[in-house]
This record gives sequence, C-alpha cells and structure tokens, in this order.
Amino acid sequence: MSPVIQVTHLTKHFRDHQAVNDLSFTVQPADVYGFLGQNGAGKSTTIRMLLTLITPTAGEIEVFGMNLRTHRQEILRKVGAVIERPDLYKYLTAYENLSLFARMSGIKPAKSLLMQQLELVGLAERAHSPVNTFSQGMKQRLGIATALIHDPDLVILDEPTNGLDPQGIADIRNLILHLSSHRKKTLLVSSHLLSEMELIATRMLIIDKGRKVAEGAVSTLFDPAGTIVELDTVDPDFTGAVLARSEWQPFLQERQAGKFLLKMDRNRIPDLTRDLVQGGVQVLALRPRHSLEDYFLSLTTANQHVDAFTN
Amino acid sequence: MKKILFLFLLLPFLQVPAQTPDAAALLQKVRARLDQVNDYQATGIMKTNVSFLKVPEATVAVYFKRPDKLKIRNDKGISLVPKGAVTVSLNNLLKGAYTTLDAGTDMLAGHKVKVIKLLPQDDNADLVLSTLYIDETRLLIVKARTTTRENGTYEVEMTYGKYIAYALPDKVVFTFNTKDYKLPKGITFDYDDGSKKTQPVAGASKGKVELDYSSYIINKGVPDSVFQ
Amino acid sequence: MWTLLQIELFKIFRRPRTYIPFAAIAAMVLIIQLGLKFDGKSYLELMMSSLSDSFYIPYGMIMNGYLVAFVILNTLLIQVPLLVALVAGDVVAGEANMGTLRLLVIRPVSRTKLMLVKYGASVIYTVLLLVWMAVLALFLSMLLFGTNDMLIARNTVMEEIRRNDVLWRYIAAFGYATVALSTVAALAFLLSVFAENSIGPIVSTISIVIVLTILSEMRIPLYDNTIKPWLFTSHMLAWKGFFYSQSDGKGAALPGTVENLPAILRSLGVLLAYIAAFVTTAIWTFSKKDILS
Repeated sequence: MSPVIQVTHLTKHFRDHQAVNDLSFTVQPADVYGFLGQNGAGKSTTIRMLLTLITPTAGEIEVFGMNLRTHRQEILRKVGAVIERPDLYKYLTAYENLSLFARMSGIKPAKSLLMQQLELVGLAERAHSPVNTFSQGMKQRLGIATALIHDPDLVILDEPTNGLDPQGIADIRNLILHLSSHRKKTLLVSSHLLSEMELIATRMLIIDKGRKVAEGAVSTLFDPAGTIVELDTVDPDFTGAVLARSEWQPFLQERQAGKFLLKMDRNRIPDLTRDLVQGGVQVLALRPRHSLEDYFLSLTTANQHVDAFTN
Repeated sequence: MKKILFLFLLLPFLQVPAQTPDAAALLQKVRARLDQVNDYQATGIMKTNVSFLKVPEATVAVYFKRPDKLKIRNDKGISLVPKGAVTVSLNNLLKGAYTTLDAGTDMLAGHKVKVIKLLPQDDNADLVLSTLYIDETRLLIVKARTTTRENGTYEVEMTYGKYIAYALPDKVVFTFNTKDYKLPKGITFDYDDGSKKTQPVAGASKGKVELDYSSYIINKGVPDSVFQ
Repeated sequence: MWTLLQIELFKIFRRPRTYIPFAAIAAMVLIIQLGLKFDGKSYLELMMSSLSDSFYIPYGMIMNGYLVAFVILNTLLIQVPLLVALVAGDVVAGEANMGTLRLLVIRPVSRTKLMLVKYGASVIYTVLLLVWMAVLALFLSMLLFGTNDMLIARNTVMEEIRRNDVLWRYIAAFGYATVALSTVAALAFLLSVFAENSIGPIVSTISIVIVLTILSEMRIPLYDNTIKPWLFTSHMLAWKGFFYSQSDGKGAALPGTVENLPAILRSLGVLLAYIAAFVTTAIWTFSKKDILS
C-alpha cells in the first residue's frame, strides 16, 4: 500500500535560523501518526509545509502519491487540518463559519450535514451563537469540525489539545480514536502531551532542532533492549566507581542528581542487581523507565533544561 | 460744471455748434419710430462670448414695456445677463432730457451713418455720455456707445431685418467691460489635463453677448409681473 | 470563483465596521446639504464675487441639485479614499491578524484566485459606496434642491451645462471615480499583503494618498514635468473633466461634448496601469509568502 504522506529530505531555512533540516518520514494509511518534539523543534513548520502554508527550501513532499507542488488543489481537497489554535471568524456563528469553510472546500453542504458535524463535536446547541462567545475548548472543537466537514481522507491536527481542560483533552482523544477506527481516516497529530500520544498514536516521529531523532511504531520504539533503568543508591560516588570497573560501564547513560541512568536490556536487570550487591553497593531502588516521556527526554535536548531546573 | 468741461473737451471734435436743430430733429424722428412699440415679447438665442465664461447658447425671452422696462429671461435654465444690457436699451438712452450734439458722420460696415452725442441733463443719471450712430435713410440706430458711472462703457450694435417697420432689430451685439475672474486652485481643485492654458490678461476683459431674435409679439400687452 | 466572491462579500458585510463608511458618507452629505440649504447663497456669493458686478445672478436657480451634488463630490475627495482603505487594507492583513488566513490558504483554492477574489470584493465594496454616495449626493440633492442648469466654477473660467446635458456626465464621473477609488483599494490591498495587522496598511495608504495628493496639487516646477504626471493622485480628479465642455471658439460651450476626452482617457489608462501593477505585485508576493500567522 502506498503511503499517504512521503516526505523526503525536507528542509526549511528562514532568514536567521534553520527550522527543519533534512527531514524524511512516511505516514501510512490508517496511521495515527504522532509528531513529537519540544517547542521550536520544527513540528509546526513541517506541518505548515505539508499544508502549503510555507514553501520548503529543499526536499519533496508527496501526498496520496502526488507531488504537493504540482497537485496542490487536488491534494488539499482530501486534507483537513487544524493548525495550532483555530482562529475562526469571531463575528460569525458556528454554523456560518462551518458553512463558509465547507463551501471553500468545494462542497455545498446541506443544513443537515452542517448540523451533523456540529453534533459530532458537541456544538449543535450553540450552532447559531457567535464564535466570540465560545470558550477555547469550543473553538477547538469547531476548528476540528471545519477540518472534517468535507470528509477528508487525511486529517492533520497541530496541537489539538492546546488550552483544553482534562475533559476537553479526553474528548479530543476519543474523537481521534473514532476517526481512526470508525471513519478510517489517516491522522497526523502533533502534541506536547506525550502521555496522550502514548494512548492514541500507532506510529511516531520525534524531531529535535529540525532533525529526525526517531521514527517508528510506538511498540518498537520502546525496545526492551533499550530500556532506561534508573538506579538509586546510598553512596553515589562509590557506586560510580564500581560501575566504572564493571561490564556495565558502556550502558551508563548519565548521572542525574545522584541517580544513574542505564540503557540496557531489561531482562538483565537481575544480573545488574547481583553485580552491584557483590560490589558492595547499597541499592535503594532499581526502576525500569519505559514511558514515552522518558524515551523522549532521552533522545532530545529537553533533559538539559530539566537539569537546569533541578540542579 | 461737468457739462461745460465735457463740452470743452468735445470742442475739437464738433463740427457744428451744440444743440443743432438737425441732430435734434433726426433724433425726434428716430424716437417717433421707436414709440410705435408700447411693448413686445421676443424670443431669441443668446450667445455669450466672455473670456471667463463658457456657456452654451440659450433661448431667452425678452420683454419690453414702455417707458423703460426691459427684462431678459431664461425660463428653462440659467442665463447670466449682463447688467448693462438692460441699462443701455435704446429706450433708456432716449429717456429724459438731454443735450444733443451733432458729431458729424462716420462709416459703419460700408454705410454712412450720422453720429449724434447725447449728454443727459440729469447730473445724477447713471448714463454720462451716449454716442448714437444713426442710419438717416432708414431712421434706425445701428450702434450706440454709452459710458456709465457705475459700469464703464458699453457698446450696442443692431442689425435690422424682418421687424424693421417697428425699428426692432433682428440681432443685437452687446459689448461690455468685465472684471477679472479667478478663483484659487485650493478652492476649485480643477482637473489638470496637462494642456497649456492661456492665462487671461489681467484688466483687459471685455465681454460680448449676441442676441439673435427669432420672433416678436408686438403691442399685445405684457404683464408687469414678468419684470419682477 | 463566484462562490468565493460571495463568501468574501458575506464576510465583509457581516462585519459591523463595514458600515462605518456608509454612515460617514451619509453624515457628510447631509451636513453639506443642510448647510447649503440654509446658507447656500453665501457660498454662491463667494463663487460669483467677480461676476456679480457685471451680471444679474439668479442665485436661487444656480443653487440646484446638480450643483449641490458637485459640491459634495468635491468635498469628499479626500475622505472617500480613506474609507475605501479601511476595508481594502483589512482584507488580507485583517485575516492574518484574526488567524483565519491560514485556514483560507489550506483550502483547495489557488492563492491567485484567493487574492483576485479579495480584491474583487474590495472593488465591489467601493462600487457600493459610490452608489450610496450617488443616491445621497445626487438623487437626494435633486429631490431637495430641484434641478436646473449647472454652473461650475473653475480656476479661470465659469462653465455652464444645460440641465438635460448633466446626468450622463455624472454617470461617467461616477464610473471614473470607481476606477480612481479602486486604485486606492489596490494600493491598500498590496500593503495589506505585507502586514499582519490592518492598522499598518490603512494608515500607510492614507499617508501615501495624502502626501501624493499634496505633491499633485503643488506648483513646483521641479515636480511638474517629472513626477507629477506619473502620480496616480494627479489623475484621480479626472472625473471632473466630464463637466468641462468644448468651446466653439467664440466662447460658447458646446452641449454634449467633453473638453479634453483624450486626457481623461489617458488618466484612466494611468490608473488602470497602477491597479494592474499593485494587484499583480500583491498576488505575486502573496503566492511566494510563507504564512506564519
């Protein structure tokens, strides 16, 4: 099956900085493709290039097998997107906004279709209220409705849970899962909420400073052979000396506030425990960390910022 | 005092002494012809030729009622009627008491005409001096030049045709002095089309109005209301 | 294209601020009409001051609907371009400010079409403003003051136009004014592309129009033959040329004629060239622009 999105060597250079640097990735049909990176990593720039808001400096983008540069309108007919905070026409009602964007997408929506969409995002009762009376969450949901009104095959959501309360976040999560499982949409979702991404994404791309750091199915990203293990001991200096003499030295990632992080096969944790005890190390705790957050932090430069706060 | 001064100034130009009976008699005959008409209502085309006026020809109605009521009206639109045109109508010129002076003859458009000067005896009259050029054969005034106190010098030339029996002209050409006209560009905001415009010479403005009469209704009565 | 235009006009006319210029024009027109109704004679006496000694002036007839309309149009020369800039300067920058521009650009519509439609909507707005002005300034004045021949005081000459020769001139003048104001709209539109906030383009357009108008009206030889003929503001007054008649050489005006139609058409050509340049530049810039808002 040909990919929905194929990005090859994508680069974007602004006047004063390089936002995206030789990025390549693929989104397969029916993916819920997570797009992760800290602030300024290049996610929004990449998404804007996918949506032709920004012109790439170099590289190629193919969507639905067609070159984005030469088949722009054809592609955009099948794409719906919410970019950051969806700002709509505040002086128009929800219904009017939806109708307007529907017609711009080339469809003549019947009133029933528009109301159905509003129902889907839980705004049917406020259909005829002006958008300037909406909360952030309601605007977000309306934004999603405008992205879906023309029944696109590919839905791109850039920070869809920004500014939402926990219930709002849960609603968006359920909506994404519904779109993926019931409506068979392909989704590309960028988010900071790594815990949320863990729950919804099937595949993921992690970028840092405009470059790809990792890509793959969520399950394979947490390779047991690459589990981060956190070691907490009574005497960190003594522990450091023991580890330095041992076979475990190559697995040592870093030392954080008296704790040690090792990247190793989780099945060898008993071996590590035995060696430490035999070496005279008094072990307080030995915890495998396999959450996405830890994985993310381990790959990106985010942990430098964490150190700055904790040290 | 003024009259004496005038006469003195005119002396070199006079060939006969003041108040010549021939001149007065001629004028009487001319006046008698004019007196045939008690009133008239005429229709004519008025053409204005003034350097600072650009107006289309206008169809006007001219009303006259003895002794001196004259009104030029445009009932269908706007016409700018020169003030002197009314003041210096022939009937006005011959109104009242005046001293007649024979000023000899002259040639006008190839015809010999008698020149008679009139000095109104009323010191307060607006008219100061009138010079009449009279066709003796037809007893018609063909031209008049009048100097007034208020409005300078006017000239009237008459051409006769259809209504010659009543001494009513077919065509009147009225020439008069005008003030300079100029409005600041900051008020008018004219469109400058880039063409060179001839600037009017200051202080040299003379205007001309031509009236071509097409018809007269003579001595059928004219209500006073039209002269309001 | 028609759907997009409808959408654009819908957005413009659902916005309350759109109606401010209409209200402003109504207020200005009514103020002038009231003023002339109660004290029009003073205005005319100023206009006719150098004629009143030599001619009988029918003030009552001169102060008619056609003259009043002309006075109003003359007065609104500076104001209406500013009102046009209010809307035209907002069509792109306003959307960027609101954050809706990115939502438009990701639709399956070419950027060129989007821009053409936005400019087209500005022009339609301009036309509607002018129609509104025509109704109030001309037709309401005709109703309040009646109609008669029309006298126009130019810098060195007073022109008269017969009443049955006036209306077509107004139609031509309004048609020309549409193009003139569309030039201002095109400038505001172009500046709107460079901004993320409509205040900048609106103020810039107003400033440019004012400065260039001053340059156009000043009599400085250095500018007269060099810059002036090429400034679009020098050609915005050409609508008045429709009220200048040809002369027959003896001083009489020839009804149904225009004194210098080739000049007016040249001015029209200059304005259309400016519109083409502004709009083309706007479209080209926008098609290359990274939308970061």
